[in-house]
Amino acid sequence: MSVKQKERKGRSLKIYNMHIPSHILMVLWVLVAVFPVYLLIINSFKGRMAIYSNPFGLPTEWTAQNYLNVIQGGNFFQYFLNSIIVVVVSLFMILLLGSLAGYGLAHWRGKIGRGVYFFFVMGMMLPIKIATIRLLELMKIFDLFNSLWSLFFVYIAMGLPIAVFILTEFVHGLPKDLYEAAYIDGAHRSKIYYSVVLPLIKPALATVGIYNLVPIWNDLWFPLIFITQEDKKTVLLAVTRLQGQYATDWPRVFALLTLSALPVILLYLSMSKQFIAGLTAGAVKG
Amino acid sequence: MQPTLSKSHPRRSRLEPGGGYWIWYVLPALIMYCLFMAYPMLDSVRLSLYEGTTGARNFVGLANYVRLFTDPEVSARFWGAFFNTWVFFAYHMLLQNVLGMLFAVVLTNRTMRGRRFYQTIIFIPCTIAVMVTGYLFKLVLNPQFAGPTLRSMGLGALVKPWLGDEKTALHVISLVSVWQWVGIPTMMFVAGLQNISEDLLEAADIAGANSWQTFWYIKFPLLLPVIGMIAILTFVSNFNAFDIVYAMATPDGAPNYSTDLIGSLFYRYGVAGKHPIGIPEPGVGAAISTAIFAMLLVGVIPTLRATQGKE
Repeated sequence: MSVKQKERKGRSLKIYNMHIPSHILMVLWVLVAVFPVYLLIINSFKGRMAIYSNPFGLPTEWTAQNYLNVIQGGNFFQYFLNSIIVVVVSLFMILLLGSLAGYGLAHWRGKIGRGVYFFFVMGMMLPIKIATIRLLELMKIFDLFNSLWSLFFVYIAMGLPIAVFILTEFVHGLPKDLYEAAYIDGAHRSKIYYSVVLPLIKPALATVGIYNLVPIWNDLWFPLIFITQEDKKTVLLAVTRLQGQYATDWPRVFALLTLSALPVILLYLSMSKQFIAGLTAGAVKG
Repeated sequence: MQPTLSKSHPRRSRLEPGGGYWIWYVLPALIMYCLFMAYPMLDSVRLSLYEGTTGARNFVGLANYVRLFTDPEVSARFWGAFFNTWVFFAYHMLLQNVLGMLFAVVLTNRTMRGRRFYQTIIFIPCTIAVMVTGYLFKLVLNPQFAGPTLRSMGLGALVKPWLGDEKTALHVISLVSVWQWVGIPTMMFVAGLQNISEDLLEAADIAGANSWQTFWYIKFPLLLPVIGMIAILTFVSNFNAFDIVYAMATPDGAPNYSTDLIGSLFYRYGVAGKHPIGIPEPGVGAAISTAIFAMLLVGVIPTLRATQGKE
């Protein structure tokens, strides 16, 4: 291939393989992608006036005052804690219910079992937002307004289709010998789930977890309509109040935005491979 | 059901005893999914035939739809939001997804260095909440923020109330959303391109195909299922997009409803109540969500058929 390419391009292979136009394109987009994030972070370390005189450069005097203001003023820790609780509880339940159902549906291959499976998978295509009107009334009936439980239920339901899809396919793909060995040893189905299946599906659980983590942490819609009470708010909901409250204190706004975005960005950077695999999992068909 | 096994085990053999056993594993998930997703989704369709809320609900037939499509005030909002959503969708299909494919072709070039680095960076904006990017861009695009500096750099032409002008606001919001989400199609196309067999590409190379021909005659047709999937995801997320409008233009789709999307219209009518009265109309809201539902079915099923058929 190399000789042909060399002849065709009429220039040396070495230069061809440097992919100069490709690198120019990628570097340009990297700048476009990073510049707003850069503005977000550096401006959160500037003084109130410095932002207007020097919007693009690094701060001449770095200050953490904006962060102190965010943390000391209001219930920032409470919001943060609520967001974490919502993410952890919802993810745990999605993984638990999803893996049980995946284990069941991987073996229940009859007509009804297949039907139930497709019923779940259909949910991947439909946004739960269109159920909002009825969900609002359900939460009213169950008296779950201003309760994190309303968020748990909605996020678990929202996360189950992809969980069932990925985990059923994954369990189905496991070698059957593994079960049969355990079964011959006299293990019960529930024991096999716990001691054989669960350890084996860890990679798939990670994919499902990451796939759901980002949308749950970043969700605005359901906290906005279910939660009005101060001590039940999530971080994202706190961000919505910025418009009025600190409209003139821009560095403080930048600091709060940075604080709400940073946990996910850092988590992403520390395990980007799993993130990319997880977030594109819905697309790569099983 | 080998006899040897059932002899040593008097209970039902193996792990295949039919649905009666497995249903207990599926039931908890099924209940949650039905109660908080499937049932409310379907029941929202029924509610679109009623007005009022629990306790004081009256059957009104198709009146909510008639209002939505023909009432001078409501229908102007609905068709406005409908049109805007198509503009928003066009940006994502023609810009975001085409850029994503271009980036993916570049990033799957095996001899290129630094691909991991580029991929990682391109994906960063996808991990940030729409609410956060929306506010960030709203601040950055505010003439107060960088206006004086840009003018002193001779770039005064860039200083405009981009989000305050009816002519530009929707386009700016669409571009911000494209900026944020381009990483998703990029990564999906990367995964799709990596699935294409090496032999095929080598054969094309030996046959003397240049890189454009390889792309157009080999990679592109083989990517059709991924393209279909991305088109569906884009369609579904655009037709219920809300956060970006809420963050950058208020839920009223300011200025003058020029950025109103179906998602924000749904929020105003069904959940929050219209400005300035503030009383939501669940019936009309349910009619809007049913319309979204119908549009998704009409858009998604043919796309699935056309692109996911043969595999």
